[in-house]
Amino acid sequence: MDFDLKQRFYPWLPFFTLLRKEILRFARVSKQTLLAPIVTAGLYLLVFGATLGDRLSIVEGFSYAQFVIPGLIMMGVINNSFANTSSSLFMSRYLGGIVDLLVTPVSPPQFIMAYTLAAMLRGLLVGSVVWLISTMFATLPWESPLLGILMAMLASFMFAQFGLIAAIYAQSFDTISMYTSFLIMPLIFLGGVFYPISILPAPWGSFSQLNPLFYLIDGFRHALIGFGDTSYLVAFGFSGALAVILFVWAAWLIGRGHRLRA
Amino acid sequence: MQLYIRAMNALVIENLYKSFDGVPAVKKVNFTIAKGEIFGLLGPNGAGKSTTINMIAGVVRLGSGSITAFGYDNQRDYRHTRRMLGVVHQEVVIDNFFTIDQALKLHAGYYGVKDDPAWRQLLIDRLGLRPHLHKVMLKLSGGLKRRFMIAKAMIHRPQLLILDEPTAGVDVELRHGLWDFVREINRQGTTILLTTHYLEEAEEMCDRVAIMNHGDLIALEETHELVRRLSNRQLRVWLVDPLSEMPAGLENCQPQLKADGRMLLLNLPADINVGTILAQLCSQKQLKIRDIETDQSSLEEVFIQLTGMNGGANGL
Repeated sequence: MDFDLKQRFYPWLPFFTLLRKEILRFARVSKQTLLAPIVTAGLYLLVFGATLGDRLSIVEGFSYAQFVIPGLIMMGVINNSFANTSSSLFMSRYLGGIVDLLVTPVSPPQFIMAYTLAAMLRGLLVGSVVWLISTMFATLPWESPLLGILMAMLASFMFAQFGLIAAIYAQSFDTISMYTSFLIMPLIFLGGVFYPISILPAPWGSFSQLNPLFYLIDGFRHALIGFGDTSYLVAFGFSGALAVILFVWAAWLIGRGHRLRA
Repeated sequence: MQLYIRAMNALVIENLYKSFDGVPAVKKVNFTIAKGEIFGLLGPNGAGKSTTINMIAGVVRLGSGSITAFGYDNQRDYRHTRRMLGVVHQEVVIDNFFTIDQALKLHAGYYGVKDDPAWRQLLIDRLGLRPHLHKVMLKLSGGLKRRFMIAKAMIHRPQLLILDEPTAGVDVELRHGLWDFVREINRQGTTILLTTHYLEEAEEMCDRVAIMNHGDLIALEETHELVRRLSNRQLRVWLVDPLSEMPAGLENCQPQLKADGRMLLLNLPADINVGTILAQLCSQKQLKIRDIETDQSSLEEVFIQLTGMNGGANGL
């Protein structure tokens, strides 16, 4: 048996391997991870695009379909970025597979980057397909494509971090679904996906400005159709600051091996 | 000097301590494993073996103390130490998303090593995984999962292979095959650290054994020396003519007369060998010997003696 103990070490190979594994993981169950959210978003588009889209207008100069599509794209990006990191890491913890990673030379920064990039890819893939489907119902002016893409990336990055944090603190699968049902979905729905917060009576409009998802959705819509309740600077500033906070939190937890190493 | 010891050995454990919720699991343990050695870490359930192994592997954080693998500190230089270590965990750990072949390829990459198809194929063949290569993990039997875990731990050619109860729940044939494989890779230069509940396997496999109990290291020496030193060797001497009274001068052997004086039972201390005592009986005591029987404790009996356990009732 040829048994050469001296092997060349490629320091970044652990990162690329983990990234590949995370992508393969969601691709292998693509009906659940890609198709299902796309069908859900497609149903929203059907309701708000084909039925109500041309009959309603809550912002002058835009159809309701044009108004609602950026929010639906962002909803797909946010939900799926969160779902990818939270379910993958929590399942690894729950089923014990995490020890396979803990004994390898994968460093904490590589760990976070691999999980984050795979989650961003899934979120942005779902968002892109939702946008493609939406072109059947309405055409968006794409006022500032670069800022739009940047905002989508920022949203997917932010919710990938949140997914990591949720997976580390969660005690059961129920906890993870509670984050989605009782935190993310209400914040998305109340964050201006279906209406501009400027039409809300006081004090609801002010309350909505405390919703962090409002800035993501509003900034993204602003970039796509040229209408926003707030400026790019505020939207990017607030969202960027929150993304940094979540990243530092996730990095601290993973660096310490909190609830990962006994 | 200490630096030299750390660099020259496969593993140096110094004052290793760990507690969970204030309850000590490993108490200031020290031991060293030489390069190329097969070292057994034994102990009853809850002795601290798996906690020690998990600290070495990086799954459990150190309470205090240090672990040095091939001269590298496993906290500071963890990327060095982890790529030198291969770990077969006690619990079956598999990823149900992948087949054996896919998982092995991925696992090499986690260690920063490019997939070596020849080596992968060799492990697959040696561990009898070829017919199951493209099955998803969920569909593998318990024994196959164990074999896969060993292949996974070996895929990056570790210099120190840690086997934590690798044969638990595994059939006899696979156990023999596994130990043959472990001996072979050991001959090729891989150091082995193993824990097992099958003490006859440890006795057969290990150059040295350490025994842990309640988080303490209570014995550490060469396997045969430990057995020899602590075993209760008995010599039964069957006599041609029955004795009516005990011969003098055998007090240090706790002599007893049995079978109506036809059998002399002696408990031999570690420093007295059978030849010496027989010569003494024949020449000095003028006894005519018909037959002799000897009996020596196994590692299992030594283990029970040291840990104060009474056999299988405590989960041996």
